[in-house]
Amino acid sequence: MKFGVVVFPGSNCDHDAFHAVQDALGQQAAYLWHQSTDLERSDAIILPGGFSYGDYLRTGAIAHFAPIMESVKKFAARGGLVLGICNGFQILLESGMLKGAMLRNRNLKFICRPVHLRVENVDTPFTNALHPGQVLSIPINHGEGNYYVDNETLETLQRRREIVFRYCDANGGLSDRTNPNGSLHHIASICNRGGNVMGMMPHPERACDALLGSTDGRAIFQSAINAISGTYSKPKVAEAVAPQR
Amino acid sequence: MSTAEKTTIRANVYVSLKKTVLDPQGQTIQSALRGLGFQHVESVRQGKYFAIDLDASLSPDAARAEADRIAREVLTNPVIEEYELEIEQ
Repeated sequence: MKFGVVVFPGSNCDHDAFHAVQDALGQQAAYLWHQSTDLERSDAIILPGGFSYGDYLRTGAIAHFAPIMESVKKFAARGGLVLGICNGFQILLESGMLKGAMLRNRNLKFICRPVHLRVENVDTPFTNALHPGQVLSIPINHGEGNYYVDNETLETLQRRREIVFRYCDANGGLSDRTNPNGSLHHIASICNRGGNVMGMMPHPERACDALLGSTDGRAIFQSAINAISGTYSKPKVAEAVAPQR
Repeated sequence: MSTAEKTTIRANVYVSLKKTVLDPQGQTIQSALRGLGFQHVESVRQGKYFAIDLDASLSPDAARAEADRIAREVLTNPVIEEYELEIEQ
């Protein structure tokens, strides 16, 4: 399958993402320039990490007006897979494709280190190769990853199982100490209602090679490959959002 | 300078975090101010200020409407921020 990696001015994890899907996962990859509107028949789109447009105004705020984003929005509306990593997640939030916003990290520091993530939902095109409750080690690299959303929307996210990963300890336990940036409910990743758009602050593309300390990120790209190749099909939304009583 | 001679209309937009949203930068500045001996500082909220000059051919109402749209749709993220708009006379 073919991954399209969007390149904004200031993207700096585009090469990492390209390398991960091409060399670690053996898939096709293409760079998509932000001024273009052509997704070049990509099967999945990656919005990579970095500091798009210098993160001026707000992180991801200018990038979501880029011409390529019009095409990405249409692609997502048709059910196309879109993965936003770090700055890519921030762009998805600014564009309204995902709910919520990012605040400065609670400790006001830029944090770059591996963290543990607990898998909260395996019924998505990006997590079908994982197990419920599985703990992953994947690095974060951000100054504004303190996820915030109003209470009502948080409840909706929980009810529809749109929280995909949470920051945790090595055993999957949640505590304030293992929440690196102050994110609400330890949220590290969410998806949209259809599950085809996912944003995550940690960098799976930096965890695809044993030499870099972890290969846990591979399963996220492998899940997308499964979803596209048809070896995984998402449960119907009605099943995934069975009311919790 | 009379209004007729002006070539631009100045719109000031002040963006800040909503009161319900924690402002760790403001808190840090507050504690620094206290540390410096400014003992009367009760709270600090940090925000952004935009000075926007609009074409003076716009009527005052049209200028306000345009600046308001810019503030609402671009300068502010309504999930976490709010804004105040002021048109200079």
